[in-house]
Amino acid sequence: MRYIEEIGRYGLMLLEIFRKPTKWSVMRKLILKEIDELIFNSLGIIIFISFFIGGVVTIQTALNLTSPFLPKSLIGFATRQSVILEFAPTFISIIMVGKVGSYITSSIGSMRVTEQIDALEVMGVNSVNYLIFPKLIAMLFYPFAIAIAMYTGIFGGWMAAMFGNYAPTADFIAGIQEDFVGFHVTYAFIKSLVFAVIIATLPAYHGYYLKGGALEVGKAATVSFIWTSVVIIIVNYVLTQLLLG
Amino acid sequence: MIQVEHISKAFGEATVLKDISTTFERGKTNLIIGQSGSGKTVFLKSLIGLHETDKGRIAFDGVYLDTLERDEQRELRKAMGMVFQGSALFDSMTVAENVCFPLQMFTSYSSKEKSEQVDRVLERVNLVDAHQKYPSELSGGMKKRVAIARAIVMNPKFLFCDEPNSGLDPKTAILIDDLIQEITREYNITTLINTHDMNSVMQIGEKIVFIKEGKVAWEGSKEEIFVTNNQAISDFVYASDLYQNVRKVYIEKAKSKT
Ligand SMILES: Nc1ncnc2c1ncn2[C@@H]1O[C@H](COP(=O)(O)OP(=O)(O)O)[C@@H](O)[C@H]1O
Ligand SMILES: [Mg+2]
Repeated sequence: MRYIEEIGRYGLMLLEIFRKPTKWSVMRKLILKEIDELIFNSLGIIIFISFFIGGVVTIQTALNLTSPFLPKSLIGFATRQSVILEFAPTFISIIMVGKVGSYITSSIGSMRVTEQIDALEVMGVNSVNYLIFPKLIAMLFYPFAIAIAMYTGIFGGWMAAMFGNYAPTADFIAGIQEDFVGFHVTYAFIKSLVFAVIIATLPAYHGYYLKGGALEVGKAATVSFIWTSVVIIIVNYVLTQLLLG
Repeated sequence: MIQVEHISKAFGEATVLKDISTTFERGKTNLIIGQSGSGKTVFLKSLIGLHETDKGRIAFDGVYLDTLERDEQRELRKAMGMVFQGSALFDSMTVAENVCFPLQMFTSYSSKEKSEQVDRVLERVNLVDAHQKYPSELSGGMKKRVAIARAIVMNPKFLFCDEPNSGLDPKTAILIDDLIQEITREYNITTLINTHDMNSVMQIGEKIVFIKEGKVAWEGSKEEIFVTNNQAISDFVYASDLYQNVRKVYIEKAKSKT
């Protein structure tokens, strides 16, 4: 019962994001700030993680392909598929729930407990629009970050193949070009976009409707991380079944 | 003027406000007093619509809040200023940006006009050299001043202050109280102030509404508060010896008048 109520309230909040918008001159600045905070400031960690995860995927694949009859290009192929289909869009998104999601929950949550949200409402500002809309728009750039993660992941795989002597460069490159299905990339971008919307709004919900004090802000960030991750994992399953199944 | 008619408010099982009716006049500092947890903040937030009431109606200069759509309510709120208990300044903005915020959001003033307005109100609250500071760099009293400046920058008709001098030393507390009273008279605002501080009652209490267990237990002026026979308010006021003595003085005064 409580969950149904919460889902309803989340839905209403989503509608509220688009009502009575904040004036554009103010909103533009907010959006740019959020792009910087949510996207640019995440690129470092995204690149770092994808590079090494790509490398590990390559090593694992190579170590499991012991039969001499299997071509070495398979290593490149497997790396490309894993990185594009899951590691870049899903794995990175879970990391982003931890980074971006916690930031959103705690920044909005601390504004709630210090009555800054009330202050906005008293002035006649639609606080949901003011606080969440810029984050939502900024997160629409998230698929670009995922594209970077794809490149870096595959690049990391190639480096691992080369330096660990798992596959000759020519074979690896041939592998990543083998049986390329364009729709797989589309699928990954659709997923990333859906995850972006979830990462922008669900942690915001947890912060916005927070009750209590500073202690609750910390707790809310944790609860928000768990729920947002769970939702992403489930949505990932559903989208994969719908789009590829 | 604000008319409050039979408002009630509960959170789940817990009823916080029970059938409260009263009026607050323009140009006066109206005080709502009561113990911590008696529902003062809930009352104030219900008036400005931050809490939805379960029953009752509220009219601002004759306009009933419940006859307005949500967006119209937001319009009406532009005529209201509020000073929150913890000041509620925006952490990410400087003092000047905080004060300018309502102008930025709702007016089409030029930058020059905006900064003139900001200077004017910051000067009014005696804060002249803090424009570029962030809230974390301010003392409690300065934060209150900025919060007051932000609340009056749009020339509100209604001003709400939630425990404006809580957490301040007695001297600063009196300065803030006086400042609010001066502003109330100067701009002819209907001002409501929550407090549990008897010093404020003595200093600026023109109309006092005493809330106990969610009900209006007494209302009147500060002169009346010391001579009344109302048990509830007496218990609240005479928690301190000082005010027992003050009571004697007032009763003497009242006698000598008759
Ligand atoms: N949002 C809320 N949800 C549930 N209970 C609340 C809420 N806000 C206040 N209360 C309860 O209402 C009562 C009055 O609180 P409040 O108005 O803050 O008192 P005070 O007179 O100290 O300002 C308290 O018991 C408080 O726990
Ligand atoms: Mg209070």
